Amino acid sequence: MGSYVLRRVLQMIPVFFGSTFLIFLMVYTLPGDPVAALFGDKAADPAVVANLKHKYYLDQPLWKQYLHYMGNLFQGDFGTSFTGRSVTDIMADAFPVTIRLALMAFAFELIVGLALGLVSGLRRGSVQDTLVLVLTLVVISIPVFVLAYIAQTIFATNLGWVTPTVQDSKDLSQLILPAIVLGSLSLAYVARLTRTSIGENLRADYMRTAVAKGLPRRTVITRHLLRNSLIPVVTFLGTDLGALMGGAIVTEGIFNVQGIGNVLYRAINQKEGPTVVGIVTVLVIVYLVASLIVDLLYAVLDPRIRYA
Amino acid sequence: MPAATRARWVLAAATSVALVASGCSSSGGGSSSSDSGKTFSYQSSEPQNPLQPANANETGGGRILQNLFKGLVDYDPSNAKIRMQVADSIETSDSQTFNVTLKTGWTFHDGTPVTSKNFVDAWNWGATTSNNQINSSWFSDIEGYQDVHPASGQPTATAMSGLTVVDDTHFTIKLHTKVSYFEYKLGYIAFSPLPTAFFSDPTGFGQKPVGNGAYQFVSWSHNQQVVTKAYPNYQGVDKPKNGGIVFKMYNTSEAAYADLQSNNLDVMDQVPPSALATYKSDLGDRAIDSPQGAIQNIGFTLYQPDWAGPDKAKVRQGLSMAIDRDTITKTVLQGSRKPASAWVAEGVEGYKAGQCGDNCTFDATKAKQLIAEGGGVPGNKLTITYNADGGHKEWVDAVCNSIRQSTGVDCVGDPKPDFKTARAAITGHQINGAFRTGWVQDYPLNANFMADVYRTGAASNDFGYSSPQFDQLATEADQAASVADTVTGYQKAETVLANDMPAIPLWYYRTNSGYSANVQNVKFDSFGNPAWTQVEVKG
Repeated sequence: MGSYVLRRVLQMIPVFFGSTFLIFLMVYTLPGDPVAALFGDKAADPAVVANLKHKYYLDQPLWKQYLHYMGNLFQGDFGTSFTGRSVTDIMADAFPVTIRLALMAFAFELIVGLALGLVSGLRRGSVQDTLVLVLTLVVISIPVFVLAYIAQTIFATNLGWVTPTVQDSKDLSQLILPAIVLGSLSLAYVARLTRTSIGENLRADYMRTAVAKGLPRRTVITRHLLRNSLIPVVTFLGTDLGALMGGAIVTEGIFNVQGIGNVLYRAINQKEGPTVVGIVTVLVIVYLVASLIVDLLYAVLDPRIRYA
Repeated sequence: MPAATRARWVLAAATSVALVASGCSSSGGGSSSSDSGKTFSYQSSEPQNPLQPANANETGGGRILQNLFKGLVDYDPSNAKIRMQVADSIETSDSQTFNVTLKTGWTFHDGTPVTSKNFVDAWNWGATTSNNQINSSWFSDIEGYQDVHPASGQPTATAMSGLTVVDDTHFTIKLHTKVSYFEYKLGYIAFSPLPTAFFSDPTGFGQKPVGNGAYQFVSWSHNQQVVTKAYPNYQGVDKPKNGGIVFKMYNTSEAAYADLQSNNLDVMDQVPPSALATYKSDLGDRAIDSPQGAIQNIGFTLYQPDWAGPDKAKVRQGLSMAIDRDTITKTVLQGSRKPASAWVAEGVEGYKAGQCGDNCTFDATKAKQLIAEGGGVPGNKLTITYNADGGHKEWVDAVCNSIRQSTGVDCVGDPKPDFKTARAAITGHQINGAFRTGWVQDYPLNANFMADVYRTGAASNDFGYSSPQFDQLATEADQAASVADTVTGYQKAETVLANDMPAIPLWYYRTNSGYSANVQNVKFDSFGNPAWTQVEVKG
């Protein structure tokens, strides 16, 4: 187990370097000059442009910029944005908001999605099953931004239960609606995955054995059926946590949540290299850690899987 | 992103143009009682630069700074004319040396008095290359600018020789050439005074500015909001009628509009394009539709042989006549623009309707004729380059359709992914034929729409346009004895543009906005900003 984790952590290193370099390359080779763009429609002042480029290390060849950036990164310095704020500060503001939003969405899809999948998987062909299938199909086929606008119109404009946008991004209760919208698509997948998986496992030999042993139905379902059916769901959920954090751009935009998605969107538009690379680097790490946890969970769920 | 992505922001003090009927019902001021201690919220975006006056050229930071600072002059809300603020008088006898007298009693929010030195030091600091200020070129008229801001290399001085402090309330400005309307420029945010505390820590100041304006800085929660409150010792002529402004950051105007409709946001910039058709019925008498000092043009690459010849001016005139401005502004642009008949926007001092003559009136027959006389469009195909992130696709397509249908010239749009890519292509002369361009006023004077755009070698002359006749008229106008003479001088120069057509004027921008039920007396100026201090919050 320990050596397996160590091996996985070591594997992360090349992935980390490779992905950050690719992101760095992409951001810095985008067309247009970010420093000249600071001047808007007006002609950029060459002397000031030269000075600013030097200040942001943009007058160096790309490989030098990358080495410089990585060098600073290992000293914990993510660089400085054009506003003069350090990228570390910007991330310290925005990540907690997005983490909360993503965790709430995650909890929502996990609890509701599993419950729906369980109900419909156990009662295939019933009214509840059909209902779940239709509902999830609707959610899957509607783009997130449409869902968000519908939710905004119904719950804020018509019913007046909430404000249309989030007034204080640090207030958990205001994040409920955006979190439900954000988690709804994954919820549909979780429900459908669980349903299929349970349907398959219901006919498995160990299920028949468990029932034949006379175990209470509750134990059969939770200890045997659910646990074995969770493997594909956990795979999905693991990668989804990263996706929720990086993919919140649309939801955060519509509900004006000042999280990582909004910051990233603005930084890409302004071609603010350090901010984009910094945020994406952290997201890459989140993905890597999440997939490691998923792999470790397999062993917990399925006794046949062993890590030596 | 808002429609005008990173629109160059232009300063403005509380200027407001008489409102059209739609917004007037509550503007009488007596319809409901107001509480001068209450704050109101305004849609904003996170400033792109630290909050330093000479570093703000975008709306996010600029509109916050214009409330925190007040310069020598600003522009009157009722008529967009210049008015004295910190200055008691600005006098000149030769349009080159200006004697400034300050009023007494003005203080910064930290209590220190505003003196001549605060202005002179601030301008010198803003102009110096090594301080990396985006707006430093604003000081380029002042004698000695080359010493603190040479074209290349490091500065040889830290102060401009043209600025001399006489005493606490007097200083002189000497320009290296005559600019009769220089005082108009002084309303720009870059000319704000800075307190002594600024110079010891400009970076820290940029996060926590101390100004001398109607509102003082309270806090800045990054990406969330900037809070200001009314400064009780404010000496300006426009005393705040409210307790302060909260600038709430929005990434999309859709989100801001949803908040405005539910009274969670009080005043916004510009309704989203998706709401243009409905906002007047959504908001009723709280909807705003007022003119802005900004114009949309189609420019030509006159530096290319294809467009250089003198007879090609006829082709450009013909293309201009082939555009049905009335129909496009009404349908595609949903009434958010007004057809242009001059190169200067409506409401600007010196605006004269019809300067474009027949060239800006739709006439398909005459258009065809003029294009034929001028030898036709090269390759019988016109390409219009534009930035695809600014909501321009729809009207570029409509303009192209109009040209195609009325003249048979093939016309296509050439979208660049975003603003900075389009700008790089335009300034790098990597485009062919025509491109979207425009001008947003820096100050409401017609000179600003011409001198900075059409003069030979002007910073924003992306056309490569060079007309000795225009240059001479502009220079004469600059050296006129009074601003009034400058205005008529530039009107004369504008007629040269009608002959040469370096750019086709399309339409003027308008402010399509609105406000919540919590506030009243909201009027917008020609900069597209509300008259901040005049907003009343209902009690």
